[in-house]
Amino acid sequence: MKRYCAAIDILTIIVIPVALWFAFFYAPVEARTGIVQKIFYFHVASAWVGFGALFTTFVCSIIFLVKRNHFSDDLAAASAEIGLLFCTVVLLTGMIWAKSTWGAWWTWDPRLTTSLMLWFIYSGYLFLRKFTDDSEKRGKYSAVLGIIGFFDVPVVFFSIRWWRTIHPNVVQQGGGGMHPKMMTAMFVAIAAFTLLYVSLVNKRMRLAALERKYYFKDLEDKNG
Amino acid sequence: MLKFIKVVFALVRKDISLEYRTKEIMNSMFVFAFLVVVVFSFIFDPGEHEQAQIAGGVYWMALIFSGLLGLGKSMQSEITGGNIEALILSPISRNAIFFGKVISNLIFMLVMQLVMLPLFAALYEVNIVSHVLMIAVIAGTTYGFVLLGTLFSLIAARTRSREIMLPLLLLPVLVPLILAAIQTTGALSAGDPPEEYMKWLRLIFVYDIIFTSVAAVVFDAVTEE
Repeated sequence: MKRYCAAIDILTIIVIPVALWFAFFYAPVEARTGIVQKIFYFHVASAWVGFGALFTTFVCSIIFLVKRNHFSDDLAAASAEIGLLFCTVVLLTGMIWAKSTWGAWWTWDPRLTTSLMLWFIYSGYLFLRKFTDDSEKRGKYSAVLGIIGFFDVPVVFFSIRWWRTIHPNVVQQGGGGMHPKMMTAMFVAIAAFTLLYVSLVNKRMRLAALERKYYFKDLEDKNG
Repeated sequence: MLKFIKVVFALVRKDISLEYRTKEIMNSMFVFAFLVVVVFSFIFDPGEHEQAQIAGGVYWMALIFSGLLGLGKSMQSEITGGNIEALILSPISRNAIFFGKVISNLIFMLVMQLVMLPLFAALYEVNIVSHVLMIAVIAGTTYGFVLLGTLFSLIAARTRSREIMLPLLLLPVLVPLILAAIQTTGALSAGDPPEEYMKWLRLIFVYDIIFTSVAAVVFDAVTEE
């Protein structure tokens, strides 16, 4: 287990600079919006990880409610925590990019608004964990929220899409005029961020295991 | 199935007779909703034209904020006396407990709206229920709100800082429902053609169906000790 974690860490440290090289040197500068478009690679990669993390939390929440093992609860919590981090990155990079291309920091577009709602759901999830003292209840309550939150995100997306939309729809148009080199850089960035996510989740999982170990050791010491 | 309905009915009767004697939930919800409506009216100049468009939003916001208070209070009375523990220990289906609570909360909120609607119409000079479909909008939205609200209020009541937990968990999940309610109310009171509001009305009911099934499945996990 330790060797697997170390291998992921080393791989992440190597792949992140590679992704930077692909984004800044390999992919051509976009003709219309210029150098600002470089933010796209990290924006899309963070969005992928942010939404993927919610899916992991959802699956682990179901497994926890069925099997009641610590592993699925820890993984759900770790994934939500790292998911919130990447979700914040999506919102911040998105705002910077929006300011330079659309001229406004924020628009009520479905993808932006859905990401923001995802951010709120993740925050609520982490608050709920923090404010529930009993560890068994913590797992059950947060699993319920993890499941409901996952079902809610697509409904949020479609409702906001009916309301208004201006976000460029790159994926549905099958790459929509994107240079093949840009596509490559995007996929490298996605791979790099996924590795970073796995590496961070591993660390959070080990912390959770240690916390539990010392919590029980403490209890044993107190009870003699 | 018949036993299930009987249990739900008994639980609803218990809540209603309790509320009939104390009137704590209804009174505090109503006064708070009234207050929100009055405070929101400072945003508009009197007789402004957009009022009809925005009024629906104000109405739903007032209802949701007061509903958050009412739900918290309604669940608190179950927790403090240890009533919910007694219910969970009794040999009845957990889903009956849940839907009993949902139905009594739904009744409280619908009765409150019977008083709110004429009052709101008088203050804002807008008749929200100008179309017969508005009854479906009110029923569907209130049900969806109360459904997830009851589930989350049971969770929030057992955490530290429960007052802040309920809105923090509930509001992000309610976003599609609130949006759909505001859109349908606006379109119906402006007399827009059906294609403007039918999809939103469908969304309200799809939302209710999805989360009724999800809540029925996960509720066991919330109550078990």
